[in-house]
Amino acid sequence: MKYTLIAWMRDKPGVLSRVSGMMRRRNFNIDSLQVGHTESPGISRMTFVVDGNERMVDQVIKQLRKLVDVTRVEDISEQPIVAREMALIRVSTNADNRSEIVQMVNIYRGEIVDVAMDSMIVQIVGAQDRVDSLIDLLSNFGISEMVRTGPVAMARGRTERTARRSSAVWRAQANGRDATATERFKTGGV
Amino acid sequence: MPKKNGNQPDRAPETPVPMKGGQMIWEAMVREGVRVVYGHPGGAILPAYDLLSPYEKEGKIHHVLVRHEQCAAHMADGWARATGEVGVCVATSGPGATNLITGLATAQMDSVPIVAVTGQVPTNLLGTDAFQESDVVGVSAPVCKHNYLVTDVADLPLILKEAFHIAREGRPGVVLIDICKDVQNATGEFRYDFEIDLPGFEPWPNVDMDIVRTAAELINKAERPLVLSGHGVQLARMGRELLELVERAEIPVVTTLLGTGNIPESHPLSLGMGGMHGEAYANRAVQACDVLIAMGMRFDDRITGRLDSFAKQAKIIHFELDRAEVGKNVVPDVPVIGDLAETLPAMLPMIEERRHQIWLQELKEWETDSAQTDIINYEVDELIPPYVIRQLWHSTSNASSEPAIIVTDVGQHQMWECQYFTHDQPGQLLTSGGLGTMGFALPAAIGAQMAFPDRLVWAVAGDGGFQMTLQELAVIKQEGNLPIKIAIINNGFLGMVRQWQQLFYEKRYTGTPVWSPDFVQLAAAYQIPALHVTKPEEVVPAFEKAHATPGPFLIDFRVKEEVNVYPMVAPGAAVDQLIRRPKPAVMQGYSGVQPSW
Ligand SMILES: Cc1ncc(C[n+]2csc(CCOP(=O)(O)OP(=O)(O)O)c2C)c(N)n1
Repeated sequence: MKYTLIAWMRDKPGVLSRVSGMMRRRNFNIDSLQVGHTESPGISRMTFVVDGNERMVDQVIKQLRKLVDVTRVEDISEQPIVAREMALIRVSTNADNRSEIVQMVNIYRGEIVDVAMDSMIVQIVGAQDRVDSLIDLLSNFGISEMVRTGPVAMARGRTERTARRSSAVWRAQANGRDATATERFKTGGV
Repeated sequence: MPKKNGNQPDRAPETPVPMKGGQMIWEAMVREGVRVVYGHPGGAILPAYDLLSPYEKEGKIHHVLVRHEQCAAHMADGWARATGEVGVCVATSGPGATNLITGLATAQMDSVPIVAVTGQVPTNLLGTDAFQESDVVGVSAPVCKHNYLVTDVADLPLILKEAFHIAREGRPGVVLIDICKDVQNATGEFRYDFEIDLPGFEPWPNVDMDIVRTAAELINKAERPLVLSGHGVQLARMGRELLELVERAEIPVVTTLLGTGNIPESHPLSLGMGGMHGEAYANRAVQACDVLIAMGMRFDDRITGRLDSFAKQAKIIHFELDRAEVGKNVVPDVPVIGDLAETLPAMLPMIEERRHQIWLQELKEWETDSAQTDIINYEVDELIPPYVIRQLWHSTSNASSEPAIIVTDVGQHQMWECQYFTHDQPGQLLTSGGLGTMGFALPAAIGAQMAFPDRLVWAVAGDGGFQMTLQELAVIKQEGNLPIKIAIINNGFLGMVRQWQQLFYEKRYTGTPVWSPDFVQLAAAYQIPALHVTKPEEVVPAFEKAHATPGPFLIDFRVKEEVNVYPMVAPGAAVDQLIRRPKPAVMQGYSGVQPSW
């Protein structure tokens, strides 16, 4: 299963290589990783998509939290979230198909951001499946170049959250039942 | 709620004083209580060395010149293990820094607090492949708890303070500070009364009292409880509390290699070490218990054997400070996350007085095959290592009222030391457990001896490992004839590897026979008195001579060559599937894999 994690970290030199180095050394599989600034100066935010099982993802979270520069980690996989990717796609065009492409891009609420005689650049921002399907369609016309980000994500409907974890999951297991999603969320794995 | 946050109590703010970066290093160390640093100079760290001299003259900091930077780290490590304080080592850029790495990795794997300072090329040359430049922060990151590259003198005081804080607090570890040469020369403002503000550093996680209660209830209900205790018990200094727990509820104790001596090994509840070379009954206890109380240990593969058959009958309670160790290898039923010095005392009042006679009786029966009974059975007409180690124990017990500190190297002799020496104090055995670094014994013993000049310190090494760091014999002399005693268990082989070749590679001894110099002559070259021992009857007099001779002493025990360490859990096997200790007199050539009981 794919898990979406968010990590906040101090914007220190080398922090990216610390995170990626740890992931490599611990043999974790990252599907995608996005870094950017946040509302707080000096704090960067990473969105990871990790492929694995629950136990492995728990371990990723715990190892991330151990890094001194990482201030907070959340697993938002089971939360209602907004996740967006962006792609820039250069499509080959000619006089015959140009308007068809524009129509399609409009349906997908994409944008044409550059036009040349024999090609144009399409920009799309959206959830992964929407980006996927536009790319699919455009590939019929011939994609000559493409760049695509991984998702950046945010949980819906909460303005503030506590990142503190308790031992809810373990307590549940000790009582002979599986932890609920909320408990798992609260603990961020442990 | 950080318990120990390293901050000063409210005081008038310190007035910053102008100071060169190189001096800030030493000034910070004095503030941190550092007395001894182990190092080796070179171009990129020279400005700092130059500014060390007033501190040396005033007797504030003593610098020990090592012969190889790896050993600077090992000496700092030995110091830190013996005292619990942060050890410090210093090296120059490039080769100096890369030489440190093995020593730092050794310390980090065993949760030993070390601050390492390295010189780096000047900031304007960074990234140019300048002479003796290497990416030390990059190279060391995987073996450090944290590290820093300092390119501005203004950052240096805070970084120094953070480094000691991070190395010491929570699960201890290694912090490296790589300081550009021009930063050492630059003048900045020094003060040291910073508030440490590291929001991402959670050294002391909050304790969940519900979980502690759950653990206590489980222990109170147990019929066949067992404690499996590790290094964490020593780091938290909880030996006494552990003893109280196990005596009150009558729980036997198995230790990991680094947990040796957590409770006195002569105590009836002590089953000694478990794992690959643990006693059969200790491993059997692990497999048969119904509640396994793991304390300050991390379920290393050397202690668990095959994971899917480990302690299958048991509910597992894991007391652990480092959250990332909980569930990493073994998923516990009850994880008690937090400082053991907080969780264990909190749980003690909830523990009921219990007796487990049936369980203990069962263990007693299994115990008949053990090192302690084994040694009585030996016909010692040949010089065999277990006998040497047993006599080392007798002799050190007689020679010194305070228990001796034994520092081993890595290999067969290390395992025999664990089996045949009775450790009655936590911290009596210093050894490289996690990384298993050959060459550790001599330099780490030097560190431990310098920390405790009046204690009896023995370095016990194989002929192979001793030759990895023997150049540090010079430090014994240079530091004023340190009274370290050295035992070389000289079996002419890289013994432990030879044992694997014998058991698993049909005795093809590739690359394991070791030629050695005459260690007595070698010692003489370093002006260290020494003896050969070739017969059993020479062993006791040799130890007596070593103890009676002031200053250092070396004994070269030319032991029988092909002796194996038993019992042995083959790598990847379940811990109760072990190769038993053969009956006396068939030590040699024995290679039958017998399933036990
Ligand atoms: C630096 C290093 N290299 C290699 C090894 C692998 N190794 C483990 S034990 C051992 C043999 C050690 O031989 P020796 O020092 O003679 O001790 P003995 O086993 O004979 O007691 C070796 C080579 C190691 N642990 N450390």
